[in-house]
Amino acid sequence: MRRIISVLMENEPGALSRVVGLFSQRGYNIDTLTVAPTDDQTLSRLTLTTHGNDQVIEQITKHLHKLIDVVKVVDLTEGPHIERELMLLKVKASGPHRAEIKRCVDIFRGQIIDVSTHAYTVQIVGNSDKLDAFIQAIAGAEILEVVRSGVSGLSRGEKALRL
Amino acid sequence: MELLSGGEIVIRALKDAGVKYIWGYPGGAALHIYDALFQQTDVQHILVRHEQAAVHAADGHSRSTGEVGAVLVTSGPGATNAITGIATAYMDSIPLVVISGQVPREKIGEDAFQETDMVGISRPIVKHSFLVKDATEIAGVIAKAFYIAGSGRPGPVVVDIPKDVTDPNHRVPYEYPEKVKIRSYQPTSKGHSGQIKRAIKTLLGAKRPIIYSGGGVILGEASSQLTELARLIDAPVTNTLMGLGAFPGSDPQFVGMLGMHGTFEANTAMHHADVILAVGARFDDRVTNTTGKFCPSATIIHIDVDPTSIAKTIKADIPIVGACDVVLQEMIDQLQDSGKRLDDEAMADWWKQINEWRDRHGIYTQSRYEASGGTIIKPQDVIKSLYRATGGDAFVTSDVGQHQMFAAQYYLFDQPRRWINSGGLGTMGFGLPAAMGVQLAHPDAMVACVTGEGSIQMCIQELSTCTQYGLPIKIINLNNQALGMVRQWQDMQYSSRYSSSLYEDSLPDFIKLAEAYGHVGIKVTHFDELDEKMEECFSLKDRVVFMDIYVDRSEHVYPMLVAPNGSMRDMWLSKTERT
Ligand SMILES: Cc1cc2nc3c(=O)[nH]c(=O)nc-3n(C[C@H](O)[C@H](O)[C@H](O)COP(=O)(O)OP(=O)(O)OC[C@H]3O[C@@H](n4cnc5c(N)ncnc54)[C@H](O)[C@@H]3O)c2cc1C
Ligand SMILES: Cc1ncc(C[n+]2csc(CCOP(=O)(O)OP(=O)(O)O)c2C)c(N)n1
Ligand SMILES: [Mg+2]
Repeated sequence: MRRIISVLMENEPGALSRVVGLFSQRGYNIDTLTVAPTDDQTLSRLTLTTHGNDQVIEQITKHLHKLIDVVKVVDLTEGPHIERELMLLKVKASGPHRAEIKRCVDIFRGQIIDVSTHAYTVQIVGNSDKLDAFIQAIAGAEILEVVRSGVSGLSRGEKALRL
Repeated sequence: MELLSGGEIVIRALKDAGVKYIWGYPGGAALHIYDALFQQTDVQHILVRHEQAAVHAADGHSRSTGEVGAVLVTSGPGATNAITGIATAYMDSIPLVVISGQVPREKIGEDAFQETDMVGISRPIVKHSFLVKDATEIAGVIAKAFYIAGSGRPGPVVVDIPKDVTDPNHRVPYEYPEKVKIRSYQPTSKGHSGQIKRAIKTLLGAKRPIIYSGGGVILGEASSQLTELARLIDAPVTNTLMGLGAFPGSDPQFVGMLGMHGTFEANTAMHHADVILAVGARFDDRVTNTTGKFCPSATIIHIDVDPTSIAKTIKADIPIVGACDVVLQEMIDQLQDSGKRLDDEAMADWWKQINEWRDRHGIYTQSRYEASGGTIIKPQDVIKSLYRATGGDAFVTSDVGQHQMFAAQYYLFDQPRRWINSGGLGTMGFGLPAAMGVQLAHPDAMVACVTGEGSIQMCIQELSTCTQYGLPIKIINLNNQALGMVRQWQDMQYSSRYSSSLYEDSLPDFIKLAEAYGHVGIKVTHFDELDEKMEECFSLKDRVVFMDIYVDRSEHVYPMLVAPNGSMRDMWLSKTERT
């Protein structure tokens, strides 16, 4: 099953490589990964998506906890949560495609953030399925490049991952 | 506050961390630190002949004392030579602090002379690591390193220090922190009391219980609690290779080691047990055999300080995360308060069954090997002879191979921290340097290194270190003129095709070799001289003695779990008998 794991860790050099190293060392998967300092500059928040059976996920969270730099770990998928991913996509937009792409962007509530004679750069935010669906929807057009931020997420309600 | 240079701070912080001996080898990036070492007497440096040995020696010190071992190496090749030692300690959860020199800060990343990314290279085999960025950080980092290495599940910690940070001309205030606090690191000690209650209830209902205890009991100084609990419930006790000595080896309640080369009675009792109390053991593949066939009728209670050890390979029914001394004590208290006992009749039946197994195929009740005689010395008899000559009271280190298994099977350890070997990584070359660490920490003790002619050659240069520091280790070389353990597998699985497990008459004359280093060499080729020469060896109290004992090359280690697809009750008992 796909899981979203959020990690609060010391904002120290080397901390990220320990997390990534743990995954490769123990043969776990990382599907997406995002990391940045939080409002408290001494801490970083890392969000990753992975998949595996319950036993594997349990070992992953336990091993993350065990890293000395890691302060807290939560598996967001265990409860109600919100997830978002940002995608920037550059697509050839000329001829009849140009209007079609614009329509699709509107339907997906995206924005065209850069325009040139023959291309649009589109920004879409949503959960990962929505981003996949957008790519499907414009399948007829020629996509020039895609960059996705990886998933970020928070649990719903007042629960917070803080010190 | 006192002003010290970075190099001086390293040494002062080591002293303040309680270090008396540091094992190491100098080189460019560490020279400021070595100069600071020279100018004081609190911390004694022991110069080894290879950095791998420095780490094994500090490791031997730690295993035999419970203290955190300390190592100092230079950058580049010094650091990489230390890697095997660090990995060895990591796999067996041994607390070490390894300080490595690094190229100056402004040169990092430039492929500078003798630069390696030590933090990167060691990352998968350390509990934690630090790259020190400033002289003012050194004391705090060293204090943290010792705290992390020694607490919770112990392990090695690397502290990498760039040369310019230790500059003798740059002085900064020195202060060793009184207490270390790390907000992201709080090891648990007390177990969940609800879980402990459930464990007691399960134990009290058991008809065929067994205690499976491991290295964690030794690391956690919980032998007395383990023994007390075992006495209270009168359950059989088996130890892993790493747990030997946590429960007295010569006690009838002890059924021997379990696992791949465990005793028939221990493995069979595990397989048939209805409740397994696992303490500080990690269900290693050398123990469980095929996990899907592991102990089919057992309810498993698992006590471990590291949650990742629980349910890693075998699911626990009652997991208890906590330090084993604390958890076992709470179990003892609850049991005594309850005033209850296990079912006497069921326990009598269980012991009757176990004793029957023991009488039938036990290595202590039945000889599992043919008799020695003439020029045929069975390796098992060498260990028995060693046991007699030392009254069972030696520290025994070992290398890796058949000799290691024979030592584990036939030397009965009645105390923890007496049996010192590399279990998880299985590092040939560990035995001699580890023995140096033990001997330095216990100058008056008998220290024997049980080794093979293969393993001893992996760190044999340390005979010179023994000369320099007067470490009178007794080397018991079970010379079967073969990489015996490899040869055994080749006999069993490759129709005796001895691919690269023989040396074709290239072995050195170990007696002359020992003498070249200033030591005593004793060669034993006849069984009837074995005991006498073993006595002679231990009578030479102040000398290193190299006992080169020619043992039967054809001997295999038994019992041996049948793999693949076997359970714990499936064993080879000899070359021809199977359960
Ligand atoms: C040639 C060869 C053959 C081998 N054959 C066998 C064999 O037949 N049988 C065998 O048993 N092994 C054998 N081994 C060793 C094997 O590879 C493992 O090293 C060993 O089984 C692990 O022992 P352990 O389970 O006690 O765990 P250890 O590696 O000793 O780990 C200790 C466990 O205790 C925990 N712990 C640490 N401190 C505490 C504390 N304070 N409180 C609670 N828990 C704590 C740790 O988290 C860890 O889970 C062999 C090795 C070699 C090289
Ligand atoms: C560094 C290292 N290399 C290879 C091995 C694989 N190995 C395990 S036992 C063994 C043979 C050991 O021979 P020896 O020391 O003579 O012991 P014996 O088995 O003959 O008693 C080998 C090669 C190992 N454990 N460690
Ligand atoms: Mg050999």
